[in-house]
Amino acid sequence: MSRLKNYRELCLGGNIEKGGSADEFKTGDWRTLKPVYHPENCIQCLFCWAYCPDSAVVLKDGQVTGFDLDHCKGCGICAHECPGKKKVKAITMEEEVR
Amino acid sequence: MSKLVSAQTGNEAMAYAMKQVNPDVVAAYPITPATEIVQIFAQYVADGDVKTEFVAVESEHSAMSACIGSAAAGARTMTGTSSQGLALMYEMCYIAAGLRLPIVMADVNRALSAPINIHCDHSDTMGMRDAGWIHLFSENAQEAYDNMIQAVRIAEHADVQLPTLVTTDGFIISHGMENVEHLADERVQKFIGEYQPQYSILNVGKPITVGALNLQDYYFEHRRALADAQAAALPVIKQIGEEFGKESGRAYGLVEGYQLDDAEYAVVALGSTCGTAKVVIDSLRAKGEKAGLLKIRSFRPFPKDEVVQALKKVKFAAVLDRSDTLGGYGGPVFTEVRSALYGEASKPPVAGFIYGLGGREIDMEMIEELFRLMKSGEVKPDSVQYLGVRE
Ligand code: SF4
Ligand code: SF4
Repeated sequence: MSRLKNYRELCLGGNIEKGGSADEFKTGDWRTLKPVYHPENCIQCLFCWAYCPDSAVVLKDGQVTGFDLDHCKGCGICAHECPGKKKVKAITMEEEVR
Repeated sequence: MSKLVSAQTGNEAMAYAMKQVNPDVVAAYPITPATEIVQIFAQYVADGDVKTEFVAVESEHSAMSACIGSAAAGARTMTGTSSQGLALMYEMCYIAAGLRLPIVMADVNRALSAPINIHCDHSDTMGMRDAGWIHLFSENAQEAYDNMIQAVRIAEHADVQLPTLVTTDGFIISHGMENVEHLADERVQKFIGEYQPQYSILNVGKPITVGALNLQDYYFEHRRALADAQAAALPVIKQIGEEFGKESGRAYGLVEGYQLDDAEYAVVALGSTCGTAKVVIDSLRAKGEKAGLLKIRSFRPFPKDEVVQALKKVKFAAVLDRSDTLGGYGGPVFTEVRSALYGEASKPPVAGFIYGLGGREIDMEMIEELFRLMKSGEVKPDSVQYLGVRE
């Protein structure tokens, strides 16, 4: 691990001189429940993607493919919002097993 | 050049200073007795006298939040508030300082509830004395005007980059009309210069993260840097006060001594009470009494060395506090002054007096009585007492 900076070496006000740095801070280990994706019930409405507070729903070519479990904190909002197909959810919350 | 003088209340003088500063953004919510500052300023905006984006928000918490966003975007940002309004801002005020955003605030000092009261004491700003802001106290409307202009330079100075508040005493200064001398608009603009923010969240060419999480590894270092910035502000406040003197004929320091060089007895105070004390000192001096005043202009950063130097030779000093620490030993000014003097080999005895809460009058007789008590030896060194309360 690199040497930690002293207080004189820091950026003003705790700024970080790049954007999107939250990506490097893994918050996934806070989770007790994890979202599980069932593609057969998915209508690709993208509600889950829009509602996720942690940008943890992963899209590929505009289609949901799963979750970024390094950042998903298991809040369950995606599962709650998911309409699914014929009232069968495409996302269910399951106990995290570590 | 002829002098530009007009009769203004403290609020008018502060609003006028803001007009001449012409900040990029003002976000504010009205509260007695500071309402006029933003009301008058809003009129300047409506009349097109300033180019400022005025953000009318739904609370002071939002006002400070908007100021933080604006300052993080690199805009020169100002606000005004008082009392409960400032208390509602506290949470965000700590963040403004921690993010090193040079917001300038006009605060009209007013008591905090309960009981509800709209008059002057210093409890509101003292409630955020450790928030990382610079605190400049004003003795009168003229100083309020002068301090607002200097505050912009101080806050934005490369060595400082801290939010700065300028106070006036509620109603006593805010609503009292005096002659106030102004600088011409262009001289104010020249004095403050163009703001060159080090960072801006709107600069897409240089993206930054603002407000990142700091845990056990880095939080302490950032707070240490904040303490350093406060210390760095001491010479900056002095230098800008001197520069302002060259510009206006009214120079400022961190403290002001009045008849202090050969004084035997001194009072130490903040704000408008200093004006009252000066009149008392003049009359005592006319009777041959060696009375003096130490006015503290910069309460944060606290100018320890200047205070020690100024009080070194007096026989006794009475420290006046217009707020209480409730459970601490003496008011905030007393604890600072006493702590500053503690390590000195030769130091005067000091006593603390808490006075004027909720706008309770402090008159000339009361200050004269303090000098009499110090001289007669009736005040016990290190004692703390309440002045002007029915006991
Ligand atoms: S559980 Fe919460 S954090 Fe995880 S993907 Fe769903 S909405 Fe996002
Ligand atoms: S909310 Fe449910 S149905 Fe809609 S895209 Fe997400 S997983 Fe598919």
